[in-house]
Amino acid sequence: MTETRTRIVWDYAPAPESPDHVRLRDSYGLFIGGEFVDPLDGTRVASINPATEEVVAEVAFAGAQDVSRAVQAARSAQPGWAALTGLERGKYLFRIARLIQERARELAIVESMDGGKPVRESRDVDVPLAAAHFFHYAGWADKLSYGVGGRSVEPLGVAAQIVPWNFPLLMAAWKLAPALACGNTAVLKPAETTPVTALLLAEICQEAELPEGVVSIIPGDGATGAALVREPDIDKVAFTGSTSVGKNIQAALAGRGVSLTLELGGKSANVVFEDAALDQAVEGIVNGIFFNQGHVCCAGSRLLIQESVADAVVAKLWERMGRLRVGDPLDKNTDVGAINSREQLERIEELVESGEGEGAVRRTVACELPSRGFWFAPTIFTDVAPAHRIAVEEIFGPVVSVMTFRTQAEAIEKANNSAYGLAAGIWTDKGSKAFEVASALQAGVVWQNTYNHFDPSAAFGGYKESGFGREGGPAGLRPYLRVVP
Amino acid sequence: MSERLAVKKTYKLFVGGAFVRSESGRYDRNQGFNVPRGSRKDVRDAVLAARNSSNKWAARTAYNRGQVLYRFAEALESRAADFHVDRSELDASIDTLVHYAGWTDKLQPVLGGINPVAAPFLSFSLPEPTGVVGILAPDSPPLLGLVAELAPVLAAGNTAVCILSDDQPLPGLDLAEVMGIADVPGGVVNLLSGRRAELAPVLAGHHALNAVVDASADDALGAEIDRLAAESVTRVRHARPTTGYDEGVRDALSRLEAVTELKTAWHPVGA
Repeated sequence: MTETRTRIVWDYAPAPESPDHVRLRDSYGLFIGGEFVDPLDGTRVASINPATEEVVAEVAFAGAQDVSRAVQAARSAQPGWAALTGLERGKYLFRIARLIQERARELAIVESMDGGKPVRESRDVDVPLAAAHFFHYAGWADKLSYGVGGRSVEPLGVAAQIVPWNFPLLMAAWKLAPALACGNTAVLKPAETTPVTALLLAEICQEAELPEGVVSIIPGDGATGAALVREPDIDKVAFTGSTSVGKNIQAALAGRGVSLTLELGGKSANVVFEDAALDQAVEGIVNGIFFNQGHVCCAGSRLLIQESVADAVVAKLWERMGRLRVGDPLDKNTDVGAINSREQLERIEELVESGEGEGAVRRTVACELPSRGFWFAPTIFTDVAPAHRIAVEEIFGPVVSVMTFRTQAEAIEKANNSAYGLAAGIWTDKGSKAFEVASALQAGVVWQNTYNHFDPSAAFGGYKESGFGREGGPAGLRPYLRVVP
Repeated sequence: MSERLAVKKTYKLFVGGAFVRSESGRYDRNQGFNVPRGSRKDVRDAVLAARNSSNKWAARTAYNRGQVLYRFAEALESRAADFHVDRSELDASIDTLVHYAGWTDKLQPVLGGINPVAAPFLSFSLPEPTGVVGILAPDSPPLLGLVAELAPVLAAGNTAVCILSDDQPLPGLDLAEVMGIADVPGGVVNLLSGRRAELAPVLAGHHALNAVVDASADDALGAEIDRLAAESVTRVRHARPTTGYDEGVRDALSRLEAVTELKTAWHPVGA
């Protein structure tokens, strides 16, 4: 049964961000060897705004020959790029960071148009963090051995990088910045549904006068990605995306000696203890699961609440959910934007149906949703059993599954009861408990009394089936370097 | 008076801190001894034992783990006469253990640190053990080749399931007896003799395993290990057999890093 409640209507005036100064081309080619080129055997596909279903731009998708051409361009450029001094390589990356800052407003708007995320998030999180990431790794380029415990290192060579659709520009920055700083060249494949900001980043590479071939950007779908990781002349694969695709890639690289980094899915536990500041916790729960419509690999999608405060927390959360503003991603007051694609919407709907079918209690905020585009209103499930699909599988949408616990030991056991191990949250006002629980959780990132904070200086990555390798900080250098014995 | 009859050792697998026969009852002959031929079930039992001892070993202080590894070296030195390997290989094995004994409380400052985040948080990253690590020991050198992979796995706080060489299992099985007197807790190291080609795929495909260190020097087997590991995103490190002390410690940090996870924690400052 779906229980609904009337949303409290706030009389906000629309505050849309104007896209007037955005300069998008009608059609983008593949960015190979420093220029935009027509695909040899690829296609041209319209990239859709998921909030309006209107075309943002037409984009070339790379075919198999295009993938080979991009890898060859990267191979040709690599010795020259690695031969630059670290300082000079770093200066290119500093330039890119500065140009992202220069074009920040435009990038934020396009990110929201192409992917559906609220412009407040693109403006305040995605774009500034992308610039910060380039700035951080720019400074590492001439200090590499300091970042790896004093070891003598050299670049791996050509990096094949595949990024997801949830943070398109930011993930491109996470991939490219460390690869380039370490002296590798890169072929980046943006996600099928969100290629446009990566192509703006290609323009920025041109503006930065980055040597041709150091970065190639080839949009495409899963077939393009599959072709890229099977290219014989690559030295590194870095993939962020689903665990199932990650496993396929790991298997495809078997016996090849190609270095691999995987940043995969999650079903992260957000653990609320009875001694937490509950109102603060509710804000953190909201940020943990409704940030970016829940399209976040580290989303706090399993909410574990201590039994004594469970009813109170759920009541406060439900009340708070009713105040979330769902709608136009370009409106600066919007909290929850559009679901990234029809396919993702269908996946969310299917899993939510399974939750109801398996006996969990569903509540979805009753709010007016636009008639066009892809939308899913914030949803909470209570009476969830640990074996329910909505407690096990990644939903990747604005849906939180609530379970309860009695003791700290039970909280830890339930939190760790997952094939994933990407992130976790802990809400308590007792410092010693926070440190003890943080230490016991099998997760690559643990947030205490906060959630979904990121920084280029802080390593990010998973335990168990959430992948291996780290991005951010000195640990993010190691996956792009070969240690010279 | 008749000549005294020697008391001959019955070699056994080492699982969960106990000396056991293969549940299959199978054995091979090696250098005049019966050597148990481990089975798939023995592999699963060993992984379970390693899994069950994982949290406790990881929770030991770094200082304590260092002392256990050092005592392992002491015990190996005192049992030198029992090992039918070159003295130089034995010395290198002992020194390798001493080297890694000193790593246990150095790994965190070398790989971890406080992250200078641009927000009011104490954010720090620190290494933690990956968990249960499978080790495929090389045929040669049989003792050092095993110890040079096992020592970093233990120093980083992991537990291990080792598949010994088909041809040279005795030094590895003898090592079990050394561990028995070295305060290495039961289940932390498990040693299986048998057919590598039969056991290694079962180990690498086990979903409770977190990482594999493959020093078998068998490329075809290595590729199969890679494919099986992908089923549960198991980490894999392929290594050539370690033939000397210098080789075993020169890339110590990389060996340790391969069986380590980095955890980043964020704690608010103020508010």
